[in-house]
Amino acid sequence: MKKFLLGATALLFMSGAAMAAAPVELTLKDHKFSPAEIHVKARESFVISFTNNDPQAEEFDSPALKVEKVVAGKGGHGNIRVRALAPGRYPFVGEFFGAKGVVIAE
Amino acid sequence: MLSALLIVFREVIEAGLIVGIVLAATQGVPRRTRFVLLGIVGGVLGAMLVAAFAGELAGLFEGSGAELFNAAILGIAVIMLTWHNVWMASHGRQMARELKEAGHEVATGQRTLSALAIVVGVAVLREGSEVVLFLYGIVAQGGTSAAGIVTGGALGMLAGAAISVLMYLGLLSIPAHRLFQVTSGLIMLLAAGMAAQAVLFLQNGGYINIFNDTLWDSSGLLSEDSIPGKLMHTLIGYVQAPDGAQLIAYIAVIAMMLVLMRLFGKPKTA
Repeated sequence: MKKFLLGATALLFMSGAAMAAAPVELTLKDHKFSPAEIHVKARESFVISFTNNDPQAEEFDSPALKVEKVVAGKGGHGNIRVRALAPGRYPFVGEFFGAKGVVIAE
Repeated sequence: MLSALLIVFREVIEAGLIVGIVLAATQGVPRRTRFVLLGIVGGVLGAMLVAAFAGELAGLFEGSGAELFNAAILGIAVIMLTWHNVWMASHGRQMARELKEAGHEVATGQRTLSALAIVVGVAVLREGSEVVLFLYGIVAQGGTSAAGIVTGGALGMLAGAAISVLMYLGLLSIPAHRLFQVTSGLIMLLAAGMAAQAVLFLQNGGYINIFNDTLWDSSGLLSEDSIPGKLMHTLIGYVQAPDGAQLIAYIAVIAMMLVLMRLFGKPKTA
């Protein structure tokens, strides 16, 4: 059991290390994403560090990225994990107020 | 106002469909309206609570609090739906007879009403918390447009209620002796879709990292962003680009439910 736990912990840390590439910063202000285009490497998972500087909450929504996440307003923050992507364009929107953006994997 | 109507409508579609299915599935069971209303009211109160603490919830579990929460309540709904179907498979026939004969044994039909009330509550809670956040943000800001947007939101909710009614009436047009089969089939697909979505939340929370390659992409055929796509997403768990783990969860729930229904649905020899 102890061995298993150790192994599991090691695995957790390894997956943590694999995710350790610097998060991509994304902010929302006046119902606009900045940057509106996010460039990432294809076939590598990454994290979008999303800060909502609008007064209202917003839902980051993207069936293409398989993510929907509500982030509170007034500086609310959420980490959005995105799995490894094949090269291509992956649109995302602010579901509530219509902000638009796209992830470009290349 | 129109955009607010559409946004709220998109959010309440899922809850609307589920309420319609639950109403059809409990057709003829006494006091079901009370249970369904209880589920809706509980869901709305829960939604306000979740919306009020959205920031705190999101911050839990190293930022994966919202994902874990969503996965957990979806898991609860899957269990309740499974229980209902299995229970109905084993008692449904007998219950229908009793209800028809004398209208006694009131308690029998209500055994799984509480389970379905929880399912309704969970559906309302999940989508409702987003509606609350959306509308609250606008109201808090005030201004002249706020009134119009709130009106749009209210109309959007009415449209969601209309979906419930349409779904219910549509199902009722099915001959009574087939209704049970249809609703239990719908409930099975509903549960399978919820299980697949729970997996998605666990993946986004970083808890599932295997079998997460996309299997196919049918977004060109039917986009999940569209209203038809959203309807199919709720009804049969349609996902435009599913991965292995989601598909496994989907099939596993259907298989589990079929096995349990077969197991407990055998005619009693006693």
